[in-house]
Amino acid sequence: MANQHHPTPMLDELENGPWPSFISGIKRLRDEHPDDRIKNVSNDLLGQLEHSYETRKGYWKGGTVSVFGYGSGIIPRFSEVAKSFPESREFHTVRVQPPAGNFYTTDILRQLANSWEKFGSGLVTFHGQTGNAMFIGVNTTNTQSFFDEINEYGFDLGGAGPCVRTGMSCVGAARCEQSCANEQRIHRTLLNRFTDDVHRPSLPYKFKFKVSGCPNDCVNAIERSDFAVIGTWRDDIKIDQEEVKNFVAEYGRDKVHLDVINRCPSKCMTLNEDNTLSIDNGNCVRCMHCINVMTKALSPGDDQGVTILVGGKRTLKIGDLMGTVIVPFMKLETEEDYQGLVELAENIIDFWAENGLEHERCGEMIERIGLVNFLKGMGLEADPNMVNHPRLSSYIRMDEYDEAAENYLRHKMEQRQAAAG
Amino acid sequence: MSQPAMRPPIESGCPDGFQYMHPVMRRNFGMWKYHEHPRPGVLLHVSDMGEKIWTVKAGTQRILDVFTLRKLCDIGDQYADGYVRFTIRSNLEYMVADEAKVEPLINALEDAGFVVGGTRNSVSMISHTQGWLHCDIPGTDASGVVKAMMDELIDEFRNCNMPNRVHITTSCCQINCGGQGDIAINVQHTKPPKINHDLVANVCERPSVVARCPVAAIRPALVNGKPSLEVDEKKCICCGACYPPCPPMQINDAEHTKFAIWVGGNHSNARGKPTFQKLVASGIPNNPPRWPEATAIVKRILKVYQEDGQDWERINDWIERIGWPAFFEKTGLPFTRYHIENWRGARNSLNASTHIRF
Repeated sequence: MANQHHPTPMLDELENGPWPSFISGIKRLRDEHPDDRIKNVSNDLLGQLEHSYETRKGYWKGGTVSVFGYGSGIIPRFSEVAKSFPESREFHTVRVQPPAGNFYTTDILRQLANSWEKFGSGLVTFHGQTGNAMFIGVNTTNTQSFFDEINEYGFDLGGAGPCVRTGMSCVGAARCEQSCANEQRIHRTLLNRFTDDVHRPSLPYKFKFKVSGCPNDCVNAIERSDFAVIGTWRDDIKIDQEEVKNFVAEYGRDKVHLDVINRCPSKCMTLNEDNTLSIDNGNCVRCMHCINVMTKALSPGDDQGVTILVGGKRTLKIGDLMGTVIVPFMKLETEEDYQGLVELAENIIDFWAENGLEHERCGEMIERIGLVNFLKGMGLEADPNMVNHPRLSSYIRMDEYDEAAENYLRHKMEQRQAAAG
Repeated sequence: MSQPAMRPPIESGCPDGFQYMHPVMRRNFGMWKYHEHPRPGVLLHVSDMGEKIWTVKAGTQRILDVFTLRKLCDIGDQYADGYVRFTIRSNLEYMVADEAKVEPLINALEDAGFVVGGTRNSVSMISHTQGWLHCDIPGTDASGVVKAMMDELIDEFRNCNMPNRVHITTSCCQINCGGQGDIAINVQHTKPPKINHDLVANVCERPSVVARCPVAAIRPALVNGKPSLEVDEKKCICCGACYPPCPPMQINDAEHTKFAIWVGGNHSNARGKPTFQKLVASGIPNNPPRWPEATAIVKRILKVYQEDGQDWERINDWIERIGWPAFFEKTGLPFTRYHIENWRGARNSLNASTHIRF
């Protein structure tokens, strides 16, 4: 028998209006689900939530819950008002790693729904902001059973706490012509190399990988990941001049000037008299704007690879940090290329694990020790693409300037030789 | 009695996405040529081989119950060959290889109460955090705020009437798990934590709590003969970061929790470099269950941007063109001393020029 329903006058207000209501969903579980356990959990969850709405306070506290063999992946929640709402006393979230790009078949979603219904509350979110599928609301005992079941058919937990976190990647090459990378392979190569660090928190703080196939950065990698992999290209933008002419015919020259030519940040485009387009590719900063507007006429070049930026994060604790370019361009074609990517990630995580303070993100460590010391630790050479402008402050000792200058010039010469074959 | 043998986990990590990908996407992986936008909520991608796939994007309530999830699956089985994907803003995308199924799919989604839209220059679904439903330091209920706000922005989700796309995020504290946004609605705790000194010694690892504070406002202290912590309330910026490692430092507060609104975050590199969002409004009441004050300000900002922004300008591009004084003028929002940066790097944000519009 289900308990008597808690009254929810405030939550009821959220059933009004045209946008789908999560409150109606929880009520359906309370009223229509065949399992009394789920009915009762939903009822008490609604009761506690209504109590939060009335008193304008949250009533969950954390704790320690994990599955056998792991230390991570469950967000424990215990109710502080369990006396009034005992059925949702324990309401943990199981973080599950989704496939890169968040692809699912309806079959696998149903299978996950069945498992979740068997052990959990029946509430799920695709996805949390860290990228996990969030199975919200399970007690400590059933956490293990749910994990065992989904783990048998191919799912694993994501990260929580000071560890490598679940990765995110855009839809990418699966459906986007702007993709310059194999996001699926990058994502799985990186993440699965660090599976042990996902499951067993032992780092200074969280570490996130995100992969975007192009500089549009649809997964927000630069701002929200410690290790951002962004697809890009280094040869010329591909132009289909017939499509350019079609575009001009459709929108007019003025509109092309207004929307495309004048919005180019490096002013590297010209609309010719014959309605074809010229691009000074040496000046193009690969911002994507023109490609976004003229989707048929323009596309990224063929010599594709990735830019890597390190140290992006939000707010805590020294404020917002964007990732910093540490590798302007890296080819990702061969096994060796991917090995190089993994080694870079290993070096960064090792260095940060050694040098980071407790609760200090990688970007904050770089801010504290300076990019130069970080580069030294990584064995990376300084590159003008790493900065917005060279140093302003004249207070610096230049003890080894000559040697550094010589190294730079030698490095450039080697690059030219390599390019010339 | 001996313990039952525990099953060791299969540490499979991130699953292979190809097994869940629509066959047309699998076949044309890395070989897409261009895309079009036939109507709001629908994308058409064409591959080098001439194959086509339509994507229909639907907004949902994000916190899905299994009934709703199965309903979405039923629709996917009937119209989209059983393949879906989720966007990072929790929209659901159906991939359709047959154009004839696009309209019926849209109708089926709308009939079932979901909302088709969220593409190109629309206002996308608000990405958000857990709030009172599940978070341990929430100042508000993000899901409720988003539901109330999306009720009012539904036409902007369904249509493409903005100069460029608009991403909105909501976070239930200033740690801002909700993400970057053209407009970010974040909760601000505005009073220091209240400490229950009787519990600190038993519950909190004091050095980790001290380390957690971004402004070094927390010190170890002996209170009533017990080891505890004290907060220098003048220094405290009320972020709440001390609460998770130390629940006796209660930050949740019914009265002093306010909303703040930030604008101009843009994570794309298109046109300019990525930008973080900036504070424009604060002190907005945390007023469940519909939060009308916060919604009104968001709508006001959107309206001005819609009228004043040029095609392809994101909110940050638009403000960069017109300048911040004009932003505050046009939106009618007050500019105060609290809008001026006051940390060590603040000088970078000050105007050291005579560039002033009159």
